[in-house]
Amino acid sequence: MTAEMLLPVLAAAVQAGTPIFYATVGEILMERAGILNLGVEGAMLLGALAGFWMSMATGSPWLGLAAAAGAGAAACLLHGVVCTYALANQVVSGLALTILATGLANFLGTPYVGLAAPGFDPMPIPGLREIPVLGPVLFSQDVLVYFSYALPVAATVGLSRTRWGLRLRAAGESPTACRAAGLSVARLRLGACLVGGMLIGVGGAYLSLAFTHLWTNGVTAGRGWIAVALVIFAFWRPGRAMVGAYLFGGVMAFQLRLQAAGTAVPSSLLLMLPYVLTIVVLAVSSRWGRFFGAPAALGINPEPSE
Amino acid sequence: MAFVVRKRREPLPWWGSCLVFLGAVAVALAVGGALLSFQGKPAWRGMGILLGSPVGSVWALEDCVLKAIPLFLCALGVGLSFRMAVWNIGAEGQFALGAVGATGVALTWGATLPAWVLLPLMAIAAMVAGGLWAMIAAALRVWCGANETIVTLMLNYIGILVLEFLVFGPWKDPASFGFPMTAEFAPAALVPALPGTRIHWGVVLCLVVGVLLSWVLRASRAGFEIAVCGQNPAAARYARIPYAAWVAVVLVAGGALAGLAGFLEVSAALGRLQPSIMTGYGYTAIVVAWLSGLRSGSVAVVALFLAALRVGLESLQLDLQVPAAFGTMVEGTMLLMVLVGGFWTRYQIVRRQA
Repeated sequence: MTAEMLLPVLAAAVQAGTPIFYATVGEILMERAGILNLGVEGAMLLGALAGFWMSMATGSPWLGLAAAAGAGAAACLLHGVVCTYALANQVVSGLALTILATGLANFLGTPYVGLAAPGFDPMPIPGLREIPVLGPVLFSQDVLVYFSYALPVAATVGLSRTRWGLRLRAAGESPTACRAAGLSVARLRLGACLVGGMLIGVGGAYLSLAFTHLWTNGVTAGRGWIAVALVIFAFWRPGRAMVGAYLFGGVMAFQLRLQAAGTAVPSSLLLMLPYVLTIVVLAVSSRWGRFFGAPAALGINPEPSE
Repeated sequence: MAFVVRKRREPLPWWGSCLVFLGAVAVALAVGGALLSFQGKPAWRGMGILLGSPVGSVWALEDCVLKAIPLFLCALGVGLSFRMAVWNIGAEGQFALGAVGATGVALTWGATLPAWVLLPLMAIAAMVAGGLWAMIAAALRVWCGANETIVTLMLNYIGILVLEFLVFGPWKDPASFGFPMTAEFAPAALVPALPGTRIHWGVVLCLVVGVLLSWVLRASRAGFEIAVCGQNPAAARYARIPYAAWVAVVLVAGGALAGLAGFLEVSAALGRLQPSIMTGYGYTAIVVAWLSGLRSGSVAVVALFLAALRVGLESLQLDLQVPAAFGTMVEGTMLLMVLVGGFWTRYQIVRRQA
């Protein structure tokens, strides 16, 4: 394969990986605070619809982006409230959110299927785009991709160098100690749901505003679940999540290109690739990851204190 | 005056769960109605159709039972693993593989074997296929510690694609004018209906499986060990109960039950394999399993209720052009509300003692 053929695939890999990347970082924030959110798929889809709808109604993709962040945050906050205040099983609540939100998004979205909305187009960065290889792959993308480059640094610094980040992690590692220090576990966890949910919603909006400018029901197609798996692959670290997301983006882009090239392999087999890869990646990283454990209180609701 | 949340000494008995269930249904329907009127559709009429049409005719009642059969079997399987806090959400894919397994047998031996050999063979093939599909998740969970929730969900996507690959490719009926479907099954490969009704013998199978499973869970050593593993894995290991083995068993058994549902659906309801067989029974089964509080008897009642909602939804789709996703939304709301209501059955809010 020559460089001229490889570069577009790599660029497409970054693009296809970006929505998964946003969602993975959002999920990492929530899980670091102790909230296991299996509702990513639903929250992402709701974000995708809200972003599309707002952009179509106002003509501004930026307002669409804000709406998507709001919708994602609202969905994840709902899950957060059900877990922290109603002390519900986090696994089942997350599943309920996915069922509810996919149903809601596909119900509300049905009238818009096939319609287009203004979105984000590629904006190559002058100067940087001239760099060989990196220019076309990393710096000829749309603005949401450029934002995402800042995410690993921002999230890592936020989690390990700021007061809020340290407290948030305390809520995920030891809610009892957190409470003993006079902090509100519920408030910290809901804060993580708010910020994480916004990122997850933006990940969804990437699909309906940048990846395509169209609405399709079920546009997320399992990307939210891939994000949940990638959190484990990333050992709950935002930087590693970037690698994983681009890996998946690569497989998706490759698979689309093969289909477009009219290969003899049936499309149903090609479509399996990302899902099979998820299972493989999950199995391998779970085996290694026993040494880089999950947050100690992940999925556990502290009992109310007297 | 200050209030505190306190754990009840005993969770509320069955009537508490019943009230929570009814409340959740009421909230879900209210949300559904509000959304209908938001889209400019008559909400009250819609709710009337949704609740009225499933009980409006014998035909519709039969439909409810027919749809409850796969829901019941899948929910038994899903609920079995939920008891152990093993989150098998792969009934959808296991159902697909079950249908594929049964179809393989039907297409190979449909013309040569008599029904009394062929049908059990199809059932076994479906259970083996569904069970093996779940075994992938079981093996990865036991050997690698891979999260079974994500693996079973990914296997749903893959299982449906396997089914599509077969009906678009090797199994496609040459006489189907390009439609993705297999040839019609031979008469010997069709599960017959009970005399005088449209309901097939699968309902009897459900009864047998349900009674057997609730006996195993309630009165056998296996049931006891599963219960211990579910409530306290550390104690189970201490008592030398093979925790990992039971994880594998509940996953594979759940897969076999969902596979059985796939067999009944392809053989009794459709008579051929086609992609339209996948209508999300496996996902609704999760809702059924949790709403029923994991009790086998209640599973039947809740499965019938959610089947009735599906029947009502079909009328709603026809009469008011409401998209099918409406049903998913209502189911999700119900599940979420049952979770919220579960708080009240386990905790109470009391005035702080001065």
